[in-house]
Amino acid sequence: MKRTAIAIAAAAALSMPAQAQVSGDTVKIGMITDLSGVYADIDGNGGAEAVRMAIADMGGAINGKKIQFIVADHQNKPDIAASRAREWFDQQGVDMLIGGTNSGASLAMAKVAREKKKVFIAIGSGTAQLTNEQCSPYTVHYAYDTVALARGTGATMVKQGGKSWYFLTADYAFGQSLEKDTTDVVKANGGTVLGSVRHPLSASDFSSFLLQAQGSKAQVLGLANAGGDFINAVKAANEFGLTKKMKVAGLLVFINDIHTLGLNTTQGLYLTDGWYWDQNDASRAWAKRYFAKMKKQPSLLQAADYSATTNYLNAVKALGTDDADKVMAQLKKTKINDMFTKNGEIRPDGRMVYDMVLMQVKTPKESKGPWDYYKVVATIPGAQAYTTKAETKCPLWK
Amino acid sequence: MRKPIVIAVALVLALAAPFVGYPVFLMKLLCFGLFACAFNLLIGYAGLLCFGHAAFFGGAGYVAGYALATLGLPFEAGILLGVLAAALLGLVMGAVAIRRQGIYFAMITLALAQMVYFAALRAPFTHGEDGLQGIPRGRLFGLLDLGNDLSLYYVVLAITAAGFALIVRTVHSPFGQVLRAIKENEPRAISLGYEVDRYKLLAFVLSAALAGLAGALKAVVLGFETLTDVHWTMSGLVILMTLVGGMGTLAGPILGAFLVVALENKLGDLGNFLAEATHVEWFASLGESVGIVTGLIFVACVMLFRRGIVGELAAAYSRRRT
Amino acid sequence: MDLFGVPLPALMSQLLLGLVNGSFYAMLSLGLAVIFGLLNVINFSHGALYMMGAFAAFIGVTGFGLNYWMMLVLAPLAVGMFGILVERAMLRRLYKLDHLYGLLLTFGITLLLEGLFRSFYGVSGQTLDVPEQLSGATDLGFMILPNYRAWVVAASLTVCLATWFTIEKTRLGATLRAGTENARLVEAFGVNVPRMVTLTYGFGVALAGLAGVLAAPVINVTPLMGSNLIIVVFAVVVIGGMGSILGAIVTGLALGVIEGLTRVWYPEASEVVVFVVMVAVLLLRPAGLFGKER
Repeated sequence: MKRTAIAIAAAAALSMPAQAQVSGDTVKIGMITDLSGVYADIDGNGGAEAVRMAIADMGGAINGKKIQFIVADHQNKPDIAASRAREWFDQQGVDMLIGGTNSGASLAMAKVAREKKKVFIAIGSGTAQLTNEQCSPYTVHYAYDTVALARGTGATMVKQGGKSWYFLTADYAFGQSLEKDTTDVVKANGGTVLGSVRHPLSASDFSSFLLQAQGSKAQVLGLANAGGDFINAVKAANEFGLTKKMKVAGLLVFINDIHTLGLNTTQGLYLTDGWYWDQNDASRAWAKRYFAKMKKQPSLLQAADYSATTNYLNAVKALGTDDADKVMAQLKKTKINDMFTKNGEIRPDGRMVYDMVLMQVKTPKESKGPWDYYKVVATIPGAQAYTTKAETKCPLWK
Repeated sequence: MRKPIVIAVALVLALAAPFVGYPVFLMKLLCFGLFACAFNLLIGYAGLLCFGHAAFFGGAGYVAGYALATLGLPFEAGILLGVLAAALLGLVMGAVAIRRQGIYFAMITLALAQMVYFAALRAPFTHGEDGLQGIPRGRLFGLLDLGNDLSLYYVVLAITAAGFALIVRTVHSPFGQVLRAIKENEPRAISLGYEVDRYKLLAFVLSAALAGLAGALKAVVLGFETLTDVHWTMSGLVILMTLVGGMGTLAGPILGAFLVVALENKLGDLGNFLAEATHVEWFASLGESVGIVTGLIFVACVMLFRRGIVGELAAAYSRRRT
Repeated sequence: MDLFGVPLPALMSQLLLGLVNGSFYAMLSLGLAVIFGLLNVINFSHGALYMMGAFAAFIGVTGFGLNYWMMLVLAPLAVGMFGILVERAMLRRLYKLDHLYGLLLTFGITLLLEGLFRSFYGVSGQTLDVPEQLSGATDLGFMILPNYRAWVVAASLTVCLATWFTIEKTRLGATLRAGTENARLVEAFGVNVPRMVTLTYGFGVALAGLAGVLAAPVINVTPLMGSNLIIVVFAVVVIGGMGSILGAIVTGLALGVIEGLTRVWYPEASEVVVFVVMVAVLLLRPAGLFGKER
């Protein structure tokens, strides 16, 4: 019995964590993203830095209330993301949560935010489900989604003659959403989908998947993955000579990916983006500040982190409160006009709609230096790029 | 005797805990404590090293989660279904694995658990990598709203305490004695006329069912179920908990579970605290090093504290007495 | 031309790729089998040591400017030395105890190693470039095979066969095998058995390191690359027969091919086919395909 006594005493001592901190006089922003995995480059610590820049630009406080910021790594695991989000809302008094990359994690966090009635801004993740089947009055989906990508890159490739497709898909919410949305677009434009193969997130070896793609004899290889997975898939495709027989469609590509792969490998690639560091004076000015800190040019997500945080803080400032319902209402009626976009607005379903751009990667000759990678092909108005009212299944927007 | 006093103290602490600590974290501790105790029933008392306990833990979580989230069944039904699923899985896995012994037994359980992992990965209802999200808490018997963390805590406490009690009773029962006999010397037990395989299978199913109970409860507490709970590293984690606490002791696994879970969740906080207290910046990065610390503890326990914390403390105490 | 509804080129290409994977399985399970067969230790850290070999190659090439061929020798040496250290300091004391403790110790070491590399490199992958001499690809008609992968198959097969030959057919191997069966007797002949055991562990571990170097240019070098493989490698060793060297090699290669075949018809199942085979084999032939019941 002595043993049990010792055990219980020790156990009791261990399970007494620190007193719960209740924040009432601060605006606390939390960010949960992939800091060390396949998506670390496109958002990760750079995104956190962008948020800090936004807070600093606000003066670090709103009407005397200090702004606090905490970051955590979800390691691409939805359970870690959801647990952390719940703990932050319950114990740390977080008022606004920024969801970084990984759609699975974002869907999980959106659910927690909805339960706790706190503002959740999904920036890094792509699945259009966030504002469609799984929409919530507390979710704002910034930056991009899989529908916009499909309607941009997908439609373009089909119109250029890529009629038969084969998908290499990351096997979780994001990849599946992207494959489905792009399939819809391909079919709507008269193309066919010959098949698809799923690969686990951060797969180590793409060779067998690519061989299956090759066996299908499709014209286009649709890469429904991103970040490190996209980079490795492209490398392997080159290694196995696939690029000679099939056109590669990168459905979600960031400037960091082009930087890693190099222009020789990626020239001519089409991609749908929302923001490019070199698009206008305002973007260049901000990118310069970011580059000074991070030594690389910011991606769409990192710019979006800055913009979303700024707009949120502005809303709180205008209202004088960080009450979630009031802030959401304010966000949905304020136009977004900053270095990120000139005509953004947040719809009733939570989707932030703005003009997307279809880009093409420059050839090495056309590029004047590092990070000068894109040329604009066409602008896609927001209303065309994103899910329309007729198509949506979200009850908030009917 | 001392026993009632100790139990009373434990009860008081457990009842008061949610007012001091974060209820969700405490409930997680309780669930893992039960999981470790269920595992210990097999290794500590029957001598069977099962390397696939995650299959029961996570499998039950998925079944319960599906029942509650998709089928909309009430709380009790969901938990019960989870336990039954785990018991069934235990019956099948046990029947196949019991035929072999030692390391081969462990390997078969590992292989079967991997098949369960694969099933969880592929089955549509689990949503694979994204996990089963949005598991509702519902109401207990249609009356008590479990959405309130405090209420859920007391319900979970009651259920896990009942689970612990069941294990204690089993160990002290004639059945438990036979198990220990089998562990010590199987040929002798056979020669005494005991149907050894039957006893082992029963222990296996019981262990699986209780592990399933822990898993189902955890799924409801956290509101989701993911592949992490059926992955073989979870099987490894429960072995660690039992080893650290003390194999073959009743309370050891509970302590081991508390320690390991607290480590995983609070190491970052501890690091920050130490960094502020000692002004040594390096401590702040402790939160990133959960794997390293866990590995160190594992190695230390295997090399130096083979009896686990509770085992070593008890041995030291009895040495002082004599 | 179709075979069971699958075009022949697709089948051939997956088979060939499967053979490449099989070579990794064979080399890794060879190391494991050597360690278990001769030392009776279940080396769970084999995957982490494989990872160490790959990282050693990466660090050597990118950090110290050495070339791939040098790393082919240096990395296994480094990993082997680490293994010897572990054996001397820790593993040795557990020989008298249940198998279980060796397994648990090596499991703990795995966690340690993975955590350490993780804290330095994160989990995203590093890539090592294929060495000049092996770059490029050959057009085989039904697929384009990068030359490096052909090299992997050749190198692994050579190493595996050399090891098997040494252990089964030479005097040194005979001494090793005798030493594990009856250490006292062999010691009486003047052989330093503990040192032999240490060196054997070092060798088995070095094989894992070598596999890591071979893998670095084709597989993403991440701290978790070993843990993805280790369970499969265990299954291979168990199927082949826990002490059998030949069993490990043959099963490893066969498994790679079987996985390749599975990928043609039911790709998702390729991850689990090894376990199905393992359960079947263990129930029908308890000691594994080539093993002897101990």
